[in-house]
Amino acid sequence: MKYYDKLIFELSKPGRIGFSLPECETGANIPAKLRRESELVLPEVSEPDVVRHYTNLSQMNFGVDTGFYPLGSCTMKYNPKINEEIASLDGFRALHPLQPEQTTKGAREVIASLEKALAAITGMKRFTFLPCAGAHGELTGLMLMREYHMKRGDSARRKVIVPDSAHGTNPASAAVCGLDIVVVKSKENGLVDVEALKPLLGPEIAGIMMTNPNTLGLFEREIAQIAELVHGCGGLLYYDGANMNPLLGTVRPGDMGFDIMHLNLHKTFSTPHGGGGPGSGPVGVNDKLAELIDIPKVSGFHGNFGIMLRAYAYILMLGKENIALAGKLATLNANYIKESLKDCYKLPIDSICKHEFVFDGLAEPNGVTTLDVAKRLLDYGYHAPTIYFPLLFHQTIMIEPTETESKETIDGFIEVMRKIAQEALQDPELLHRAPVSTPIGRPDETTAARQPIVKCEC
Amino acid sequence: MSKFCYFPHTGEDIQLMLKKIGVGSMDDLYSDVPEEFLFKGEYDLPEAMSEQQVREHLETLAAANTKLKVLVGQGAYDHYTPSVIPYICSRSEFLTAYTPYQCEISQGTLRYIFEWQTMICRLTGMDYSNASMYDGPTAAAEAVRMCVACTKKRNSVIVSSSLLPNVLDTILCYAKYSGVNVVVSGDVMRDVAEGVLDLAGVVVPSINRWGIIENHDGLAGLVHKMGGLMVEYCDPSALAVLKTPAEWGADIAVGDAQSLGLPLSYGGPYVGFMACKADYMRKLPGRIVGQTTDASGKRCFVLTLQAREQHIRREKATSNICSNESLLALWCTVYLSLMGPEGLKRVNDLSYRNSHYLYRKLLATGKFEAVFEQDFLKEFVLKPLCSVEKLQQALLEAGFFAALMTEEGYVSFCVTEKHPLEELDRLVNVVESIQEEGV
Amino acid sequence: MSTIKEGLLYSESHEWVKVEGNVAVIGVSDFAQSEMGDITYVEIPDEDECVEAGEEFGALESVKTSSELYSPVSGRVLESNKELEDKPEMINEDPYNAWIIKVEMSDPKELDALMDAEAYSAIAK
Repeated sequence: MKYYDKLIFELSKPGRIGFSLPECETGANIPAKLRRESELVLPEVSEPDVVRHYTNLSQMNFGVDTGFYPLGSCTMKYNPKINEEIASLDGFRALHPLQPEQTTKGAREVIASLEKALAAITGMKRFTFLPCAGAHGELTGLMLMREYHMKRGDSARRKVIVPDSAHGTNPASAAVCGLDIVVVKSKENGLVDVEALKPLLGPEIAGIMMTNPNTLGLFEREIAQIAELVHGCGGLLYYDGANMNPLLGTVRPGDMGFDIMHLNLHKTFSTPHGGGGPGSGPVGVNDKLAELIDIPKVSGFHGNFGIMLRAYAYILMLGKENIALAGKLATLNANYIKESLKDCYKLPIDSICKHEFVFDGLAEPNGVTTLDVAKRLLDYGYHAPTIYFPLLFHQTIMIEPTETESKETIDGFIEVMRKIAQEALQDPELLHRAPVSTPIGRPDETTAARQPIVKCEC
Repeated sequence: MSKFCYFPHTGEDIQLMLKKIGVGSMDDLYSDVPEEFLFKGEYDLPEAMSEQQVREHLETLAAANTKLKVLVGQGAYDHYTPSVIPYICSRSEFLTAYTPYQCEISQGTLRYIFEWQTMICRLTGMDYSNASMYDGPTAAAEAVRMCVACTKKRNSVIVSSSLLPNVLDTILCYAKYSGVNVVVSGDVMRDVAEGVLDLAGVVVPSINRWGIIENHDGLAGLVHKMGGLMVEYCDPSALAVLKTPAEWGADIAVGDAQSLGLPLSYGGPYVGFMACKADYMRKLPGRIVGQTTDASGKRCFVLTLQAREQHIRREKATSNICSNESLLALWCTVYLSLMGPEGLKRVNDLSYRNSHYLYRKLLATGKFEAVFEQDFLKEFVLKPLCSVEKLQQALLEAGFFAALMTEEGYVSFCVTEKHPLEELDRLVNVVESIQEEGV
Repeated sequence: MSTIKEGLLYSESHEWVKVEGNVAVIGVSDFAQSEMGDITYVEIPDEDECVEAGEEFGALESVKTSSELYSPVSGRVLESNKELEDKPEMINEDPYNAWIIKVEMSDPKELDALMDAEAYSAIAK
């Protein structure tokens, strides 16, 4: 990667244009009182300037197509190229969302078929595709949870239980949905403490939000008992689908007793992350809530249809024959890394994991932090793992390899992780300074936050 | 074990890896899952297709949709997309990247988001923009929450009934659960003046659901006097020519940037934007990119002000938003770079000319009546004097999606730079040829 | 090793209180600021707002964390240190001089629930 230091505004020169539009003799004849007064300053650049600028920017970026992302909880699997072609077919791309039904037969069939496939995979009854991301799905799911209780006249249920290991979005979504959060602790073995859960249950509980496997990559074995307890007190179970990948084709959330769930099509179903979106977070419900599914109008039209198309193409490629293999190979890769590194990284909970697991820093840190390890990985051409999450440990390193990484790639990563552990003992200073081979070194984030500069003044 | 093109593992690889783990089979990796939850049946899924079959199947479905000339807006506008944009946005370094947490290897993403924030600030006149929102309607719903967060102990927001229907629906949906008291108003000025005790803000459109450019003269002053914030919902493309939210005195600007060259794509993915005055920056939801330097003094960009966000604040965060619509922010940023100030004005000039041309021609057919006197830019409504069903059917048969029926019984049209006058003449001919029975 | 200033009272959530007659001057301990790292923003209540003992009255932000501030006493905010809005680093540099708010106490008996320097030293580590 080479450092390139321009912003598009810095290439601007008055008189240059990058558009090709017909001439228009009459200007927009808008009355002065409604007209823009201030000058609009946008770049004045030619088409080749634009192409070269953004191509140069792209070369400072790392993506799944560049290298391995051991990024816990993010499921950075390969993004198949056929999906992109399908989503750009003119017959889909040129459709207006309000076109009459008889002109959108194909699009509606895609949505219906995708709903049917997701229902089969999860054991849910109905899905809504309006949520545009995982957190958006959580919010939608919690709206449905509240709707369910309100419809039954059970409006006192305003508390939702969230394990201490939960994704940060879980409590945030609950708060946005007008629910209070009750935290349930995990046990030493990383699983939800059922005994600690019991006293929290009661007539004020709307439900519990869980991900299974949890954020430590551990399967919540007592889920049947948890489901029975929560249902017994009149609450519902919400499944955070961020960690669905290892269960693909093997375990269905619906069978575990979950009533509501979301999926991240941009994780489990191979659609690209796009540098932070667009994603898609469809929400599924079981029989109990099926009739409520269309109530939350959480986005403008039919959801992120372009992302749904990609996920549907992925499911058709996998088919029922291969779907289970995706989850199993992801689990195989994760356990293999864990077993290959647990002598030089501290493994706080030593048991079989699912698609991901956590280390708690180096076994012999020698003053080297998890941040140092993460930054050093960048020098070796890998993306960093998720770090300092979940909050249960101080030096968390959360690794999720996904099924599309080969044994050779994984072995290369293991070798580098071992090398970094050696470097920590021999030359910790090197790690504090890392990365040294990327376009920029560690940034001054403190100044960025104290005196924020969020737009170009040129 | 079957072979599959996305999975690199050979049978030998798997055996070696299982051995290292110390288990006998792949199924043993699921020994922690209670037996009752291992799905025993057959998944009700299609059989695997080859890539060619997938392509053919989806091409068939794409062809089952009817390709139409789109002359309806209502939140999704058919503007031209220059060919450069999809080429840049399909570069895998942009497409397959994660959220730019590791800034040392994400300067490409961070720089274009910084450019996007700058452009949104310049279009709206605001001081701070975030990295994008899911879409316009959700941005409006978040703005309602932001008004409440910025004005302590105030919980009522007046929203104009002239906002697009899907914007109103989304605002009301969020408010229903979060507990904000949203009042839908047909006369925002009057209702603000009458005084709501705990007014946190108002939301008004720049261009409303009937296409009218709204005049917000005096509104900001009044809202501020009553202790609330003013939010304007705008079409960023139109801000090249229309008075900006800042010029109206608004505190927060939101909207959907789909009009900046994004394909219609049956309603998504689109991209919302959200920008505010400096005073409210700490309550702005979503990601924000800031400029700083690295240890050697090089200019660089990072995600900043993260302590507002869900991964740190959890239930105390200003919003639960995590992903944004980054790739589409890139799409719009490239669009604005190509257009520049002159191109974006031209888009509006052409849209204005074309839409007014169609408006006059349609009125001249005698099959419509004017509804409003106010100025419009590219979208307008007429009162039909003929059977709407027949009208829509005739237009569809001629390949036009136009004359969408509104809640009030008007028909809505939207004309952009994409629709040359000859095409509009053809549409008018179709309208003229409709035979009314018994009239 | 963080310093603990003698003569102040401390809460379990690491705020310090200096009592000046009926007024409580409130800041955060050296231990709290060192745990936070570089503080980038301080959210401070406006003057005349009321605070309650044990309730949140503001927050500290650093690059990667945030921490709510809990009032050790109840009362009305007489003054808030607006200088901190532009210079949050003052808390890192001199935590016992960088006061955050001054509260006119409605119930000085609440002070009895706080710790002295010695008692606080047992938890600030």
